[in-house]
Amino acid sequence: MAIVERPSDVLALPSGDVVPHDPLGVFARPRAKTGWRAWVSTVDHKRIGIMYGASSLVFLVMGGVEALIIRAQLAAPGQKLLSADLYNQVFTMHGITMIFLVVMPMGAAFMNYLIPLQIGARDVAFPRINALSFWVFLFGGIFLSSSWLLGGGADGGWFAYAPNTGVVFSPSHGMDFYAIGLQITGIASLLGGVNLVVTCLNMRAPGMTMMKMPVFTWMSLVVQVLLVFAIPVISVALFLLTFDRLFDANFFNVQQGADPLLWEHLFWIFGHPEVYILILPAFGIVSEIIPVFSRKPIFGYPFMVFSGIAIGFMGWGVWAHHMFSSGIGPISVAAFSVSTMFIAVPTGVKILNWIATLWGGKITFSTPLLFSIGLVTMFTIGGLSGVTHAVAPADTQQTDTYYIVAHFHYVIFGGALFGFLGGFYFWWPKVFGYFLNDRRGKHQFWLTLVGFNLTFGPMHILGLQGMSRRIHTYRDGYGFNFWNMVSTIGAFLIALSVLLFFINIVRSKREAASLPPPGPDPWDARSLEWSIPSPTPAHNFDDDPIVTQLDDFWHRKYGEDEQGRMVPIATADEVAMVGDPSRSHLPAPSYWPLVLAASFPLIGYGLIFNMVLAGLGVAVLVGGMVGWALEPADDEDLPPHGHDDGEGDGDGDGGADTELPSVDAEPEEVTVGD
Amino acid sequence: MTDAAVHAPAAAAGPSHHTSTGLSNTKLAMWVYLGSDCLLFGSLISTYLLLRHRSVTGPGPNQVFDIPFTSVSSFVLLMSSLTMALAVAAITRGDIHRNRAWLATTAMLGAVFIGGQVYEFTTFYREGLGYTTNIFGSAFYTLTGFHGVHVSVGIVMLMSLLVTSLRGNLGPERAETVETIGLYWHFVDIVWILIFTVVYLIP
Repeated sequence: MAIVERPSDVLALPSGDVVPHDPLGVFARPRAKTGWRAWVSTVDHKRIGIMYGASSLVFLVMGGVEALIIRAQLAAPGQKLLSADLYNQVFTMHGITMIFLVVMPMGAAFMNYLIPLQIGARDVAFPRINALSFWVFLFGGIFLSSSWLLGGGADGGWFAYAPNTGVVFSPSHGMDFYAIGLQITGIASLLGGVNLVVTCLNMRAPGMTMMKMPVFTWMSLVVQVLLVFAIPVISVALFLLTFDRLFDANFFNVQQGADPLLWEHLFWIFGHPEVYILILPAFGIVSEIIPVFSRKPIFGYPFMVFSGIAIGFMGWGVWAHHMFSSGIGPISVAAFSVSTMFIAVPTGVKILNWIATLWGGKITFSTPLLFSIGLVTMFTIGGLSGVTHAVAPADTQQTDTYYIVAHFHYVIFGGALFGFLGGFYFWWPKVFGYFLNDRRGKHQFWLTLVGFNLTFGPMHILGLQGMSRRIHTYRDGYGFNFWNMVSTIGAFLIALSVLLFFINIVRSKREAASLPPPGPDPWDARSLEWSIPSPTPAHNFDDDPIVTQLDDFWHRKYGEDEQGRMVPIATADEVAMVGDPSRSHLPAPSYWPLVLAASFPLIGYGLIFNMVLAGLGVAVLVGGMVGWALEPADDEDLPPHGHDDGEGDGDGDGGADTELPSVDAEPEEVTVGD
Repeated sequence: MTDAAVHAPAAAAGPSHHTSTGLSNTKLAMWVYLGSDCLLFGSLISTYLLLRHRSVTGPGPNQVFDIPFTSVSSFVLLMSSLTMALAVAAITRGDIHRNRAWLATTAMLGAVFIGGQVYEFTTFYREGLGYTTNIFGSAFYTLTGFHGVHVSVGIVMLMSLLVTSLRGNLGPERAETVETIGLYWHFVDIVWILIFTVVYLIP
């Protein structure tokens, strides 16, 4: 086995001469390895992850601008920046953008990039479907956002209670864009969910049993299972709404006997698992960061895993706590009140375990850890206000006030987004091969923390004072003036911190040339993705790693001395992956995911504006499917002609089923734990 | 642990079918997808159950349903599950001709079912139950329509299998592909048992 020197480009696969055209399919098989063609035809989970991340950051700016407009409108009483109607559109689009186009894809970015690396796989189970989910998501997001230019955004709130969102009360096309746009992003989530569930279950490296998977991968698996089961429920709700709005069906037509609670139930059966879909990836991220910067294994790994699973299960039994004021009856209220209090238990277990991991550790307060601690503290505040909603009589007072707004921003921003920011700082060197500057990162952290608390902290007070959400203004003399002004100032501080993040990316990139490269394992970390060069080579692992225990990579670096203390036995560079990558097969890039995905917005626009366009969309959809089916991608039965297997440079036809080296024997089971 | 022990020994290996669970990726993906589809039909059936007796105008279920007719078409669909199982058995044995015959029969039985549904829909429409007539109409056509779309997609998949087979690309080594599509087909049939019971039989 050849020892390959750093830097990593030595490990890059040999790019041999390949036949540039493939007669199969309409398109020549994409060959580019750089440039935009390489990106639009990629099926590489790493590039797809990066594209998910980049799109979510763009949508973050859009959703952020909408937030700033809201805060500017509410900065003082009686402002006239926005009309009531426009205000409805802005807060609705802010919610949809942040939930479906920022937090979900940002989670998907981490999951796409990291799951195969953490389980020691070459790629996800279905690389082309992975590309398809990204493009469908992106086009769905663009479709949703384009409503601003085509007659106005959705105006019914992110949960879009029908019949309020029927044609009668919401005559613009905004809600059509909502119903069809979320349907499209739902398709993306469903495809991604099936793909990543199969990846986690089926693509694990030899020896990587379920209980040796890193906590992030575990939480991702729970999230994807939730997506797989939650998405069809919202799909049905959105279908019903679409049929009502476009084809005059009667599902939400109260004059025809409809029950307004139908939408609420369907939406929240999806909607409550959805909040765990938003938060669990971030839980996974901090569960990776905290052990590394405390230099301790995660406290109570099985408890971490099972509490995540418990959250996933119990998340299905609490949806009606969103409906305590809808008149669902005292028994339902009591039952859901109790189940909601129960679900705080596994979440509390997680928080305890993070604190216990930090306890007694050799803590390094780097930016990723700061953001993780930010998550633990801010999410706890949000969790505590959440428990107050579980108390039905209190909730009746809080419903539709800013107290609720404060709560869910503390859990989604203070939870999910803090986790993601920490994750960006943590994995940036792995993904891009340079560090984000830690000093600027700390500045950004403190600015975010202060801005966040200034923005959303006062909303607790405003809500308890009785300020309603979703109202475009308030009168002078209600006592709302001061805290609204504070909140607006805080919002602009958050905007500044996001700007600082972007500045940090650009400047760190510029400074990277004069700094030593991060190497495979800059943080002395624990999971498999750190055992390969930074940035990750296209083929991930030279050889399939063989896993013997939890935190396997760590245990290759550290052993126990006579007193049972951890002592270094090898440096990261010594144990980092070096091998012969020439046998690795990578899934072939393809344009078909892009083509197939483009059909969905066409169908969407067609349904709203012109059926001819929808027909065209269906034609593209069918054509895309046929082209996809005829193009051999990951078909191992394909005869070896056409693609030279020996090239191994991304045009191989091995697909997801990469060649595994024959393993002499099953690796021995080693007891988990340190 | 030394470096050499950490990494898999280099060895020549052909394409491997190794997966962690032993199930192939496509089959596992089909199971996961079918789990998801359960929730889709679960939501649609719940919607139907909530709405079916809430119409303020007629016609209602009792005025339009022709239970003997639907029973026959349901029987046809259920028999297609049997022929599907026979198709899978044939390809597993390597009997390509029987496999083709059973695939064609399955697709045909599915098509007969869809034909029955089209006939039923047009009859109901002539009897005054349009999609927008009342809330029962909306719920009924949506639920059974979604099921019909599922059956139609299944027929397309079966036809694709048949074409692949006629082009000589469907041997026993790809029995699992037939089996995976068979999973989908059986699922759609099972869902129909549920829908038939809930929609037609329960008064």
